[in-house]
Amino acid sequence: MNIKDIFLFTIHAVTSNRIRTILMLVAMSIGVGSVVILTSIGEGARHYVTDEFSALGTNLIIVLPGRTETAGNQAGMLFGKTPRDLTVYDADSIHRSPYIKQIAPISVGSATISYKQRSREGPVIGSSASLLDIRHWEMAQGKFLPVMDYDRGSPVCVIGAETKRELFANENPLGKWLRIGDRRFRVIGVIASEGRSVGVDVEKLVIVPVASAIAIFDNPSLFRIMVESKNRDMVPSAIKDVERIIRERHQGKDDVTLITQDAVLGTFDKIFTALTFTVAGIGAISLFVAGILIMNVMLVTVSQRTSEIGLLKAIGASKQQITILFMGEAALLSLIGALAGIGFGILVTQTAEIFFPKMTLVAPWWALVAAMATAITTGILFGLLPARRAARLDPVTALSRR
Amino acid sequence: MIRLEKVERIFQVGDQQVTALNKVDLNIEAGEYISIMGPSGSGKSTLLNILGLLDRPNRGQYLLDGKDVTSLTDDEQAFTRQQKIGFVFQFFHLIPRLTAEANIELPMILAGIPEQERKDRIHTVLKAIGLENRADHRPDQLSGGQLQRIAIARATIMQPKVLLADEPTGNLDQHSGGEIIQLLEDLNSKGLTLIIVTHDMNIGKRARRRIRIVDGQISADETGVA
Ligand SMILES: Nc1ncnc2c1ncn2[C@@H]1O[C@H](COP(=O)(O)OP(=O)(O)OP(=O)(O)O)[C@@H](O)[C@H]1O
Ligand SMILES: [Mg+2]
Repeated sequence: MNIKDIFLFTIHAVTSNRIRTILMLVAMSIGVGSVVILTSIGEGARHYVTDEFSALGTNLIIVLPGRTETAGNQAGMLFGKTPRDLTVYDADSIHRSPYIKQIAPISVGSATISYKQRSREGPVIGSSASLLDIRHWEMAQGKFLPVMDYDRGSPVCVIGAETKRELFANENPLGKWLRIGDRRFRVIGVIASEGRSVGVDVEKLVIVPVASAIAIFDNPSLFRIMVESKNRDMVPSAIKDVERIIRERHQGKDDVTLITQDAVLGTFDKIFTALTFTVAGIGAISLFVAGILIMNVMLVTVSQRTSEIGLLKAIGASKQQITILFMGEAALLSLIGALAGIGFGILVTQTAEIFFPKMTLVAPWWALVAAMATAITTGILFGLLPARRAARLDPVTALSRR
Repeated sequence: MIRLEKVERIFQVGDQQVTALNKVDLNIEAGEYISIMGPSGSGKSTLLNILGLLDRPNRGQYLLDGKDVTSLTDDEQAFTRQQKIGFVFQFFHLIPRLTAEANIELPMILAGIPEQERKDRIHTVLKAIGLENRADHRPDQLSGGQLQRIAIARATIMQPKVLLADEPTGNLDQHSGGEIIQLLEDLNSKGLTLIIVTHDMNIGKRARRRIRIVDGQISADETGVA
């Protein structure tokens, strides 16, 4: 028997029993399809998040108050000392470093924002003029915050598109006064809504000068300081400088945490890759279920085709040949099912992309290879038992059944 | 060519032993034409299955072409069947999804005969059985007599030495049964050893050698014109 003969024989067997074939194909393609879909979502999420972060620029260093250490002594914590606040003066002093291009202190809080009768509860950010460039935002209307000292407030604000819609409807917001908490601010600009930004929905924002935010929330402590180095190569030097400057200002204590964009990116990448593997594993379970189904269907097939097996033996088929023929059927069905599953998965993800244009849903190549390999291996493994049963049938008994 | 010595076949049914063949001695020369008759349950099919290496005796010896074949492995027996033995069954045993041609081709595929030679042989045999215009028909599109002719073509396509037919006309009407016997006799006249199990006196009579089995034993073995 050569491959072509085996293939023709199995193709005939497979196509002559439509219901059985469709059943097995559906089971296999659901299994493979789910691997494709789940890994596409995992990869899509990974790309989405890493793209978001990369969009921020890789020169970015984020300074957080408090030291997060995985090892080392935390004596300060033990004695009940809370970490020292990060203040606008800290931010200001960082400007000393020659490696740094720009800085944006960030203070965050939530407040009631109102205009005439309309009001909404929303996030308020206090920052500086540099934030626009650091975040790569664009203005839809007006201007961003003016350049001024961090400790000087000013009754001006910049709003996001949603805030504009809710408070001003169709009115032009520029020059209008709105209330944040119990203070009044004049709207000087609207941020373009297409800007994507990690962790904050730009559309919902209201941005005021950092000193004004500190006054609104009555909290001098900054949420973080965003520092942008002059270029990527200067990131390590900039980090050293920032650490040194803050240590000097904080009586020799290293009580801030510095995060670089690269590190964040790497971490997210790892998390999402692990996630994708996990969902691929979950998908593989359905392949296993498909394998069980194939085994059962093939067992039924063997008992239905008993007399055929007897005949094959009578005309001289060896055990090995019969095993190959029946395993070939399972393998062929798995292969076609796997291909159909990949097609089905791609169809679903492509359709989903139409509805979620921000996500790119493409299954990673390893998932396609693994799903195919698992499907075919499952088919062969689960086809083995029925095929061996066929090969061991007693020819006389097999032939006595019509 | 075939030599059975004290062959016994005993079936275990529950705690009861059924002796289907009881110390059967039998010698068959190449080219013989033998009919085997006897009452139902006397052991005719059992004998044919043992001759065809589909079944193994519990005791006794079976020499085929001077070689002891009872001690062969399953696969060695399968190979011997492929090369030396053809079967014709009462219920044809054609594979329903395959065409007449593909059914005839099957033994040659298993034997690994090249495609071109397979096609040539099929062409020749279809002509010989007068079904060259039925090559593409599936079994459900053929009559009983045609099915049995296809089955005979399949049984002889590997040019075996012996053809074993278990009630080959049992499922056919008088006319097509006669045609099948004629076909088998033609093959025998070309040198094929032919062994037919039958219940039909008229068919049994036509064989040069007539064996009668009763209760698993050969009770009569006559040669010559009946
Ligand atoms: N697989 C088996 N298990 C148990 N007993 C069997 C088996 N095969 C045959 N027998 C018994 O062996 C005896 C001979 O059976 P066999 O089939 O050879 O008879 P037969 O002469 O071919 O009968 P028939 O003319 O009805 O076909 C019978 O008593 C039968 O019941
Ligand atoms: Mg019988």
